[in-house]
Amino acid sequence: MTKTIDAVQDQFETFQILSEDGEIVNESAMPKLSDEQLQELMRRMVYTRIWDQRAISLNRQGRLGFYAPVAGQEASMLGSHFALDKEDWILPGYRDIPQIVFHGFPLYQAFLWSRGHFQGGQIPEGVNVLMPQIIIGAQIIQAAGVGFGLKKQGKKNVCITYTGDGGASQGDFYEGLNFAGAYAANAIFVVQNNRFAISVPVEKQSAAKTIAQKAVAAGIEGIQVDGMDVLAVYAATQQARERAIAGEGPTLIETLTYRYGPHTMAGDDPTRYRTKDLDSEWEKKDPLVRFRKFLEKKNLWSEEQENKVVEEAKEDIKASIKKADGAPKQKVTDLINFMFEELPYNLREQLEQYTAKESK
Amino acid sequence: MAQMTMIQAITDAMRNELKNNENVLVFGEDVGQNGGVFRATEGLQKEFGEDRVFDTPLAESGIGGLAIGLGLTGFRPVMEIQFFGFVFEVFDSIAAQMARMRYRSGGVYNSPVTIRSPFGGGVKTPELHADSLEGLMYQTPGIKVVIPSTPYDAKGLLISAIRDNDPVVYLEHMKLYRSFRGEVPEEEYTIELGKADVKREGKDVSIITYGAMVHASLKAADELEKDGISAEVIDLRTISPLDIDTIIASVEKTGRAIVVQEAQKQAGIGAFVVAEINDRAILNLEAPVLRVTAPDTTFPYASAEDVWIPDHRDIVDKAKKVYNF
Repeated sequence: MTKTIDAVQDQFETFQILSEDGEIVNESAMPKLSDEQLQELMRRMVYTRIWDQRAISLNRQGRLGFYAPVAGQEASMLGSHFALDKEDWILPGYRDIPQIVFHGFPLYQAFLWSRGHFQGGQIPEGVNVLMPQIIIGAQIIQAAGVGFGLKKQGKKNVCITYTGDGGASQGDFYEGLNFAGAYAANAIFVVQNNRFAISVPVEKQSAAKTIAQKAVAAGIEGIQVDGMDVLAVYAATQQARERAIAGEGPTLIETLTYRYGPHTMAGDDPTRYRTKDLDSEWEKKDPLVRFRKFLEKKNLWSEEQENKVVEEAKEDIKASIKKADGAPKQKVTDLINFMFEELPYNLREQLEQYTAKESK
Repeated sequence: MAQMTMIQAITDAMRNELKNNENVLVFGEDVGQNGGVFRATEGLQKEFGEDRVFDTPLAESGIGGLAIGLGLTGFRPVMEIQFFGFVFEVFDSIAAQMARMRYRSGGVYNSPVTIRSPFGGGVKTPELHADSLEGLMYQTPGIKVVIPSTPYDAKGLLISAIRDNDPVVYLEHMKLYRSFRGEVPEEEYTIELGKADVKREGKDVSIITYGAMVHASLKAADELEKDGISAEVIDLRTISPLDIDTIIASVEKTGRAIVVQEAQKQAGIGAFVVAEINDRAILNLEAPVLRVTAPDTTFPYASAEDVWIPDHRDIVDKAKKVYNF
């Protein structure tokens, strides 16, 4: 028995391109990215780190609502997103706001989503993303459907979706992978394994040594990637995308990553369940540090460039919060009007009641 | 006009919509080559191909997710849940996802999904096949719930359900599938969702009902007539939203009403109908509005169905109680 399990696990070794020192350790797997693309990847990661810091601070000031920190996961989120085409679909989880923002969802709307405002759900035309999913696993079965739809339409596009290590224990996680496999749907499933589902360590989720091997249950490709290595995440996603649009079916990508902050800003205190040693071990693997080293060696990144991004991010965030502040106050009549194409009698009556109340 | 059973009318409606709109997809467990466990999708895969009518893995939740995803990419999914007792597996997809899609996207996205599913007692099915769970759906903002009781209604309502741009739960009572034939036009027609149908006009007491209880109520009305009581039978057809105008007009006319459902007293929609009548027509009432329901137990073991499911005698008794109040 043990032998069988070992044999399975041996097939899911961690895929890595960049070492912690920013050295290429897997030259043959190096993705073909131009200097500008490499810089753009770095720019996005720095931008997101600043945005995360500002979001935490804005949340503490009461100027943002629900927020799930992302620091530490920039490579996993943005490396995977960078491999996508504009026409690809993203079904994000609640932490996956950076991916949809870089896919075209305006930042001020992301802030409105955080605050709980309907404009935070109004995805602009042509931006193929859904609102962040709160029900862990629901995005996985829906991604199988979107991926199957794209395949049926003969589109050379994919649907990518994200969940965490805890999410891989859900029934919908298995069903989504399995459906996508059975229909060879154009789907990519990313599990961002940051080792903790709130306070529960990944070891308590499953006896499986990797999450990537759960692909075996669906008969689909699975790969475990160093999720702090933006090049490895990009390369794995790009390959998964190519396979999907070639009709070869879905892929499960597990990214090994870490969140430096709390689970969410709703009172979670990670010092209750994480040690300082573990935190500092993962801080050494910081995706920004390692990619910065890599770029600096190639003379593609400087402190000046980084500061420019930091300033740009701060300006954008300031402007976006201001824009979010300008959104109209929500009225019950707005909420009623979003329920159906044509309102049933009960809502027609209530619309009348609230219209009268609101005009007082 | 053709004589059809309800299940033939349902198949005919799906055939019509598969023909009418290339985005319509029919899928579920065994709906493809097998033609469905009740033959509701008989011949459809052969006629329209596997791209349009196909089987799924055995996982209701996955089927719901598939429908949502296909809906987002421009298709009009008609998904089947083999028995509505299995809805609990897919409750999130229906109640927390499809039902909220339009709202949570501020009107940008929608879920044009029709969920077909058989339910209903009287045919001695095994556990969790026959339970009446429409009340759970009634309590969920964002979805419509349709329950036909005749072949004619079944076809027109299903075509409307498939064309609706919001999610519709379409529940098919198993006992009514083949129990009788009715006139069904061969051409396409629609019946507006949210519209009740007065199946029998009367002046003394309104019997408001749906599903298999429509037929029990019509039988009860025949018996009541022998005793000189004229019952009006309203078939709700759509239980969410209710056709409040038809209900209230009838109660205003008769001054007495009962609500009849196969579900348990604590379930179904009886309590909601009573509350609406109390809110809107209390001054017209000569007596309280009473309910005919099943007892508040789990759905019965098959051999106990006869003593558990309400029948026309229960309806006659309750109608007389209201009449003689």
